[in-house]
Amino acid sequence: MTAEVGLAALWLAAALAALQVAMAALGLARARPEPAVAVRAIAIVQGALAALAMAALIALFLASDMSVRLVVENSHSAKPWLYKFAGAWGNHEGSMLLWVTILGLAGGAVAILERRLAERTLIATLGAQAAIALGFYAFLLFASNPFARLDPAPRDGLGLNPLLQDPGLAFHPPTLYIGYVGISVAFSFAVGALITRDVGPAFARAMRPWVLGAWIFLTLGITAGSYWAYYELGWGGWWFWDPVENASLMPWLAATALLHSVTVLATRDGLRAWTVMLAVVAFSMSMIGTFLVRSGILTSVHAFAVDPERGAFILALLAIYIGGALALFAIRIGTVRAGTTFAFVSREGGLVINNLLLSVILGIVLIGTLYPLVAASFGVQLSVGPPFFNKAAGPIALALVVSMAVGPLLRWRRDDAATLLDRLIWPIAATGFAGAALFVLAPPGLFPLLGLSLAAGLAVASILPLVGRNPWRTPLFTWGMVVAHFGIAVSLAGMACDSAYTAETLTAARVGQPVRVGPFVVRLDGIKPVIGDNWSGLEARLTATRDEATIVLRPQSRIFTDPVTTTSESAIATAWDGQLYTVLGQPDGQGRWQLRLWWKPFVTLIWLGGALIALGGALSLVGRWRRERRAAAREAYA
Amino acid sequence: MRRWSLWVPLAVFAALLVLVAAGLLKPADRTVHSAMVGKPLPDFVLPPIAPGKAGLDSAAFRQGRPRLLNIFASWCIPCAAESPNLLRLKAMGVPIDAIAIRDTAPALAAFLRSNGDPYQRIGDDRQSTVQLALGSSGVPESFVIDGSGRIVLQHIGDIRADDVATIAAAVRDAR
Repeated sequence: MTAEVGLAALWLAAALAALQVAMAALGLARARPEPAVAVRAIAIVQGALAALAMAALIALFLASDMSVRLVVENSHSAKPWLYKFAGAWGNHEGSMLLWVTILGLAGGAVAILERRLAERTLIATLGAQAAIALGFYAFLLFASNPFARLDPAPRDGLGLNPLLQDPGLAFHPPTLYIGYVGISVAFSFAVGALITRDVGPAFARAMRPWVLGAWIFLTLGITAGSYWAYYELGWGGWWFWDPVENASLMPWLAATALLHSVTVLATRDGLRAWTVMLAVVAFSMSMIGTFLVRSGILTSVHAFAVDPERGAFILALLAIYIGGALALFAIRIGTVRAGTTFAFVSREGGLVINNLLLSVILGIVLIGTLYPLVAASFGVQLSVGPPFFNKAAGPIALALVVSMAVGPLLRWRRDDAATLLDRLIWPIAATGFAGAALFVLAPPGLFPLLGLSLAAGLAVASILPLVGRNPWRTPLFTWGMVVAHFGIAVSLAGMACDSAYTAETLTAARVGQPVRVGPFVVRLDGIKPVIGDNWSGLEARLTATRDEATIVLRPQSRIFTDPVTTTSESAIATAWDGQLYTVLGQPDGQGRWQLRLWWKPFVTLIWLGGALIALGGALSLVGRWRRERRAAAREAYA
Repeated sequence: MRRWSLWVPLAVFAALLVLVAAGLLKPADRTVHSAMVGKPLPDFVLPPIAPGKAGLDSAAFRQGRPRLLNIFASWCIPCAAESPNLLRLKAMGVPIDAIAIRDTAPALAAFLRSNGDPYQRIGDDRQSTVQLALGSSGVPESFVIDGSGRIVLQHIGDIRADDVATIAAAVRDAR
C-alpha cells in the first residue's frame, strides 16, 4: 500500500509540474495576474507531493518491505536502522527521487518566500523550475521507478554496499543534492530573467541567497565526502581527483565564481551577461556531475551506480535544459542593457580576476575529467591523475589565493594601486616571514612552501577588513567573508602540511614488534576476531607511544556477508598537531601482519578549514537575509 | 561583444554532448591493456641487496635468452604466496631475475630463507624508480623478456598455480 501511495504521489507531482509549466507560459503570454496565483499554489503542492513520495520510500526501507524491488536489491532486514533509512538514497532510484524531492521543495520555497522579484520574472522562474522537475519525474517514472514490486517477494534482501554502510552516507548525498538543486534554482532565476529581459540588481538580490545556500551545502558535502574517502577507503589520501569527486568540485567552483559575480551585479549593477552565464554553467556542471556518476561512462570509486541506458536518458535531459538555456542566452543577452562599467584596479576588477581564475581551474578540472573519454574515442586508453591536476591547477589556485588576499582590501568602482600596497604590508610581511622560517626550520618542497607561506599571508589579509571597525557594528556578511577566506587559509595550510610532512610506513609486523612512524612507536599487541551486526572480521590492537603518552588503536579488516566484500576499517588517533592513521592488511601465514601506518601532521586543518568556509557562507546568508528583511520593512513603511 | 560569439558556449556544449554520447554508445572494454608489451626494457642499473648475489642491470636481458623478471618485496604477502610457483618455474628451467622494491637487506635475507630463493640476480630498487619506469603499479608483478630485451608479457598480481604453464609457454615462445 505504501508503495502505491508513493507512486501515485509521484504521478500527481509530475502532472502538477506539467500544469505549472503550462500556466507559467499562459501567464507570460497574456500578461494577466490570475495564472500567477495558480503557479505559486501549484509549485507548493507539487513540492509537498514529491516529499510525500520520498517519505513513502523511506517508510518502505525502514519496514524492510521485501516485496519492493529496490528494497530487496539495496537493503537487508539485519541492517542497523540508520542504514535502512540512509539506504533509501544509497542507490540509483532513491537518489534520483531525493534529487527531485529537493527540487520540488525548493520550488515551493521560492513560491512562498520570494516577494521582491518582479512578478513576471518570478512566474518565468517557477515555470523553468517546473520544466526541470518534469524531466526528472519522467526519468523516474519511465526509466527508474523506485516503487516497482517483486512477485513473489523474496525472504530477505541483498544488502547495501558495505562501503556505504557508514554514518556519513546518511548526510553526504542529501547535503550534496541540496547544493546541486539550490544551483538549479539559480539556473531557473537566470532563465526567468532571460525570458523577461529583467537582468539587474533586483534579480541578483533574489538569486543570491539561493546561490549562497547551495554553495554552503556543496562546501559541506565536499568536505564531508573528502573525510569519508579519507577514513573509509583506507588509502590515507583526502582527495583523489576521482571523476566523481571532480563532479562535485566543478559545480562548487562555478558556484564560488557565481557567488562573487552576483555580488557585483547586486551592488554595482555590473557583470550582467557574465552572471547569467555563470548561473547556467554552474547548473550544467551539477547536471554533468549527476550524469558522470550515474552513467558509468568514467571508471571511479563510485562505480556502484552504473547503467548506460539511464545515462542516455540523463544525457537527453542535459541536452534539452543546458542546450535550451545556452540558446536562450545567445538569443536574449544581446537585448539586455549593458551594466555599469568600472576601473581595472577596483573591487569589481578584483572580483573579475577571481572569476577568471576560478573559471580556468574549472576548465582544467573539466578537461582532465573528460580527457580519458576524448582519448578513448581516438583509441588510446589512459587515465588522468593527480600529477596533471596538481601541476595544472595548483599554480592557478595559488594565484587565486593571492587575489583572495588582495580583493577584499580594494574599494568599489576605483582604487589607487600605490595606497593598496600600503594596505598589503602586513600580509606580505607574514608571507615572507612564514616562508623564511619554514625554509630554515624544515624545508618542504617548493609547492608546499609556497602554500604554507601564502596561507599565512591570506590568514592575515582575511582579517584586515575587520581592523579599525567596531566588531559589533560590522555587518554579518562582512564577518562571513572574513571567516570564509580565513577558512581557505586554514584548509590550504592543512593540505600543504599533509603533502610536505606526512610520514608513511608499510610493514609486515609480528605481535610485539615495534614499528616507528613519525614521532610515534607503534606496537602490534595482538589480533582478535570480532563480530558486528552484519559482518565479522579481525581487529588488531595497536599501542602507539609518543613522549611517554600511549594511545590504543583498533583497526579492523571486515568481511561482510550480504553482499560478500572485505573492507578495511582504518583506526585514526587525532592529536592537536595531526593524526596517526592505521590500517590492518592481510596475514602472511607465518605470524606476520601487513600494517600501513601514516603520521599526518595538521591534516585535520583541511576539514576544519572546509567547515569554516561553510560557516562563513552561513554568516553571510543570515546577514544578507536580515538586511533584505529590513529593506523590505522600510519599503512597506514608506 | 560580437553577436556570433554569444553562440560559442552552445557550440562548445554541443561538441561535449557529441563526445559524451559517442563514449556512452560504445561498448565498454574491461580488459587491462599493458602499454609496455612490445616495448624494449628501459635502461637501468641496480645495486645488489642479497649477499653473494649480483645486482641487476638491463644489459643482462639482451644476451639472447628469454628471462622472467619478477618484481617483489619482502613486506609483500602475495609475494610470499607466489614463491612456490616461482620455484616450479625455476625447476622447469626458466631463468628468473628480480627487483626488490623498497626493501632492506636483513628483511630480504629472512624472506628468502623462509620462502626459498628462485632468483639468479636481485636488484635493489629503494625508491621504486625502475618499477615506475616499467609501468608496474604494485607488487608482485612479473615480466617475460625476450632475448633482445623486449617485453613480451606483463603479469599483474601473484603467479598462481594455473598461471605457471602460461608463463613457461611465453618464455619458451619468446626464443
